[in-house]
Amino acid sequence: MGTGSEIEKPLAAWAAAHFGAGARLEALKRLSGGASQETWAFDVVSADGPQPLILRRAPGGAAAARSSEAVSLATEAALLGATSTSGVRVPAVLHVSPPGSDIGEAFVMRRVAGETLGRKILRDDEYKVARTRLTRDCGEALARIHAVPVAGLPDLPRSLGEDQIAKYEAIYRGFDMPRPVLELAFAWLKANAPAPAAPVLVHGDFRLGNLIVDEGGLGAVLDWELAHIGDPREDIAWLCVNSWRFGHSEKRVGGFGDLPELLDAYHAAGGAKFAPADIDWWEILGSLKWGVMCMIMYSAYKTGADPSVERAAIGRRVSENEIDLINLFEGLGRHA
Amino acid sequence: MHDAPSAKELIEAVKAFIDKTAAPQLTGHAAFHARVASNALATVLRELEIRPQAEADEKARLESLLGKTADSVTALNRDLCEAIRSGAVNLSTSGLLAHLKSTTIAQLSVDQPGYSGLKTATR
Repeated sequence: MGTGSEIEKPLAAWAAAHFGAGARLEALKRLSGGASQETWAFDVVSADGPQPLILRRAPGGAAAARSSEAVSLATEAALLGATSTSGVRVPAVLHVSPPGSDIGEAFVMRRVAGETLGRKILRDDEYKVARTRLTRDCGEALARIHAVPVAGLPDLPRSLGEDQIAKYEAIYRGFDMPRPVLELAFAWLKANAPAPAAPVLVHGDFRLGNLIVDEGGLGAVLDWELAHIGDPREDIAWLCVNSWRFGHSEKRVGGFGDLPELLDAYHAAGGAKFAPADIDWWEILGSLKWGVMCMIMYSAYKTGADPSVERAAIGRRVSENEIDLINLFEGLGRHA
Repeated sequence: MHDAPSAKELIEAVKAFIDKTAAPQLTGHAAFHARVASNALATVLRELEIRPQAEADEKARLESLLGKTADSVTALNRDLCEAIRSGAVNLSTSGLLAHLKSTTIAQLSVDQPGYSGLKTATR
């Protein structure tokens, strides 16, 4: 698990080296969420005042538990650097700690103030102004991410639409739990695949929950562990998947915005020109992927790997994605 | 066999125990899992109520769609999946989307009756 005492000393030593001998470590606290890595919040108090920071660390300090498609923490840190250079709002990285070091495989970044909880961002008065700006902010951020020169990036997995269909179909077939709606989605996606776009850097999980939103709009883009080289429409559509609208279904973009406005902002910031109909195929793929992911989480219960009620119950969320798929099928042509 | 208490009554009693006695004494992860457990029992209660009729309706629709009869809904759904996979049945097949929509609405009425996509579908 990684305890505070295990990392407190090496972290304090790093703080003294980085901020000067008088720097003190304060308020070290493990944040909830993130099973594939530890996330710790802490402050360093030095002559320059308090510095709010975050430590992202492999579980127990050693990489192993990350899923096969997740990039390493060092790669994630490199992506924060490269996207920052391209004008994406991301937390600044202060330190990368290699495997086998005292801190363990990890990196330290600045802690950006703001909210990540989708329900709060969509509901609370505090984010009223932010909600009016978020669609344009997201369009611009996505255009800048997709414009990052790929040549300068560390090695990333390459995953286009057809690769993802193949991957998730193999997982679905492996469960031998036939579900006609998912079956229809696989068949339809294969029969209607659009021409691939030029591959770009894709964030891979760009949605509320992984975005810091402050009162003025988008504060920072977090959680780059699913970054890959892929199709830009994947990121745009993932932000539209109904599971990430947190009940505000009428707003296709994340529960807060309209797709034409997002696509306009995306194009104005240098992104390709897409129409809402170009996003439909990718949103269907997104809902299908999330449905299969719910089946994966349930299978952890079925196989006995994780006997919790929560893992059992998540199997009853696959139908959420099935109704989203049906609503998307009924809407096809409406955006043409 | 007796049914006093019935399965429904037993589940209601356990759910009330979790909600009124156990959950208020728990904190953190355990409190979260108690809420999940209570929700799972609510799902079972809805299932007891909705599944018999919903599954009979689903079976009748599947038999009409596939032009055959079978003992179980599972077998018919397996056949439908194979027909979709082979291309014999697709999105433009008359009655397919309406059948899948009715089935999924019934399923969600058990699984997650508050889900936003269900409201969109039944609007």
